[in-house]
Amino acid sequence: MTTRTLLAALLASAALAGPAMATDLRIGLQEDPDVLDTDQARTFVGRIVFEQLCDKLVNITPDLDFVPELATGWSWSDDGLHLTMTLRDDAVFHDGTPFDAAAVVANIERSKTLPESRRKSELASVESVAATGDHEVVFTLSAPDATLLAQLSDRAGMMLSPTAAAELGLDLATDPVCSGPYRFGSRVQQDRIVLERFADHYDADSYHFERLIFLPIPDTTVRLANLRAGDLDMLERLAPSDVAQVEADAGLQFASAVSLGYQGITVNLANGARSETPFGQDPRVRQAFSLAIDRDIINQVVFEGVFLPGNQHVPSTSPWYDDRHPVPGRDIAAARALLDAAGVDRLAVEIQMANNPVQTQLMQVIQAMVAEAGFDVSLRATEFASMLQAQTAGDYQGSQVGWSGRTDPDGNLHAFVTCDGGLNDSRFCDADVDRLLDEARTLPDAAARRDVYARANDILMEELPIIYLYHQTWLWALRDGITGFTPYPDGMIRLAGVRME
Amino acid sequence: MLPFILRRILIAIPTLLLVSVFVFMLQKLLPGDPVLVLAGEERDPEVLAYLRAQYRLDDPLIVQYLNWLGNVLRGDLGMSLRTRQPVTALIAEKLPVTFQLAVMAMLFAIVIGIPMGILSAVKKGTWLDYIANIIALSGLSIPNFWLGILLILLVSVNLGWLPASGYEPFWSDPVRSLQTMIMPAFVLGTALAATLMRHTRSSMLGVLQSDYVRTARAKGLRERVVVMKHAFRNGVLPIVTLSALLFGELLAGAVLTEQIFSIPGFGKLIVDAVFNRDYAVVQGVVLCTAVAFIAMNLLADVLYALLNPRMRMTS
Repeated sequence: MTTRTLLAALLASAALAGPAMATDLRIGLQEDPDVLDTDQARTFVGRIVFEQLCDKLVNITPDLDFVPELATGWSWSDDGLHLTMTLRDDAVFHDGTPFDAAAVVANIERSKTLPESRRKSELASVESVAATGDHEVVFTLSAPDATLLAQLSDRAGMMLSPTAAAELGLDLATDPVCSGPYRFGSRVQQDRIVLERFADHYDADSYHFERLIFLPIPDTTVRLANLRAGDLDMLERLAPSDVAQVEADAGLQFASAVSLGYQGITVNLANGARSETPFGQDPRVRQAFSLAIDRDIINQVVFEGVFLPGNQHVPSTSPWYDDRHPVPGRDIAAARALLDAAGVDRLAVEIQMANNPVQTQLMQVIQAMVAEAGFDVSLRATEFASMLQAQTAGDYQGSQVGWSGRTDPDGNLHAFVTCDGGLNDSRFCDADVDRLLDEARTLPDAAARRDVYARANDILMEELPIIYLYHQTWLWALRDGITGFTPYPDGMIRLAGVRME
Repeated sequence: MLPFILRRILIAIPTLLLVSVFVFMLQKLLPGDPVLVLAGEERDPEVLAYLRAQYRLDDPLIVQYLNWLGNVLRGDLGMSLRTRQPVTALIAEKLPVTFQLAVMAMLFAIVIGIPMGILSAVKKGTWLDYIANIIALSGLSIPNFWLGILLILLVSVNLGWLPASGYEPFWSDPVRSLQTMIMPAFVLGTALAATLMRHTRSSMLGVLQSDYVRTARAKGLRERVVVMKHAFRNGVLPIVTLSALLFGELLAGAVLTEQIFSIPGFGKLIVDAVFNRDYAVVQGVVLCTAVAFIAMNLLADVLYALLNPRMRMTS
């Protein structure tokens, strides 16, 4: 075969042969997920795969209301210490094991007792869970916990086959068995995860793809190029700078949802010697820093206007947003006055951030903005794992970091600002905030909780242990012809009713 | 020849030990606690302590190293902290991918670089020589990531000729496999082709000026025979050695190329492992790369000896 013939054959077959069948959906992911065991998993991107693989007890709507999934209904006891859930009787795990109350008990116990489990904090309030019928369970709590439903709408509520869990143990991570609309097919590390349609799913008719192929492609430009070349059907986390290009492309469509999370600057208030600066010790200095930032300009310059400026742990689109504290405008005079009151002329502050171009650009813009008020910010670009360790060890003054967000506001706040919070790297500690946030957990009534959060927020807005900057918007790009896709603020891809024409 | 090879293998053992010590210590010097990465948002002290104990991260460094070394000698490279897969299985899965990429890149480099080098030497000082040099300089100067993205946009997005990225094993679908590998191999091979071209050119220039070539010409042999039969056979000797050595370097160069084209090979594996502080994977991959590098060096020596009778006599 001559070279020319070989080349012609290759090109011809490239034009003819697509790697995927017509009923495949190829989804481009930003990273390769970690272990596919809901109890051991820790990555955001892993949750996107679990969403198709593992049904949860509870699901959410785009408006963050809780709706039944494996649980058909639930009720709280008057003292808030017992949650009774009724369960579907038509669900079955991928290995044929029926889904029932015993399966729920086994799953919750695994999440709470498996030494490797990353779900322990999420289920800390659950003292025990008991089957009170074939399809009814009762959760008994050590204290009222209004956040439990939110936890059960995520990985802590995802059900694994108890048969497979007992047989495979930790190896379940490489061969997960759940009860979702798609079953595990195969995985090639860093290349693809293939899921196959589960015909025995109770809602199988709502799922229209025979196979889902998840392809981790870290580079955003290459991910989009794959979509434009027809090698992907959809992708998650489109770069803001590519939104205009996607919108202008007739062969593509675009979807977005403001995320539940935030990006901000965590300030070291009491975590070791490096907290002992006016930035860490005087709230007026932090207020001045916050006032010197123009969040709208940041959004326009760094994020092409597609993200949402923010000043709280939840975005202004959230029902939990405190309207009494709107996003402040830039006010250099007020910032300067606060610094004068704090006795600070100019202040050197070091802030660490992840060593990627976007976060670097963000911090450079902030560096220039706050300089006008009197801050000499030096930037320390750090690889993420090192940044995390420096933050935990208190080896920082300020750290530009974010949180992907949780359905319940508690998930964005409690662990970060309570005295013993597991993620409280600033070591902010205020008895009133602790009391209020603990109390909020016990209140089933949303209005009453909102009121308590507002009182905590008054203190947090004054103290600013975290200077919130913006809320990321989840951006998806899809091939034209995909219908029925609904963007959710948790960034997950839900495929019920999604079709490809 | 056999004693020569055995001697080289024996010398390789302390080299590999040194490499393993160096990589092990270097990793431990990296800031960033693997347990914090592994735990994700879970900060339950019990969980953190369990993870630390499970992976023996609390043991003194020397104990950790000796444990690892003992397991390696038993053929166990450990378990990935991140995905719970055995490192040997990961390597067995990724090595053929990167090997295929490296072989194809090397083929590109040889097919482009050596003829260009010969042509450039034979036509020294002409416009052909200048063009070949410009191409070589461009090949060395253009960054892989830029060339890769440019090719994806042109060949995949605009022309729709080849897949933008991804990988298909050769034995499962050879055509698709070649389609996915053409662009990455070309990108990876460009700098190599340029290096080969420059070395072939200078080697050939030296040989073409030697007495025996002049004699061959004086005998009235055709220029084509003089160049290819007499000059090239001698001129190619250093190129063979260089190619074998460069093949080892290709493994390192594949890191970036694999990232751009999302090829699940060694490069992607080690990048992810470093960012996740997946110590066992980093150590396993580096050890395997060192073995490959040493093997390629050995191959270069053997090839050189085979091609050069004088070397055979000496060895």
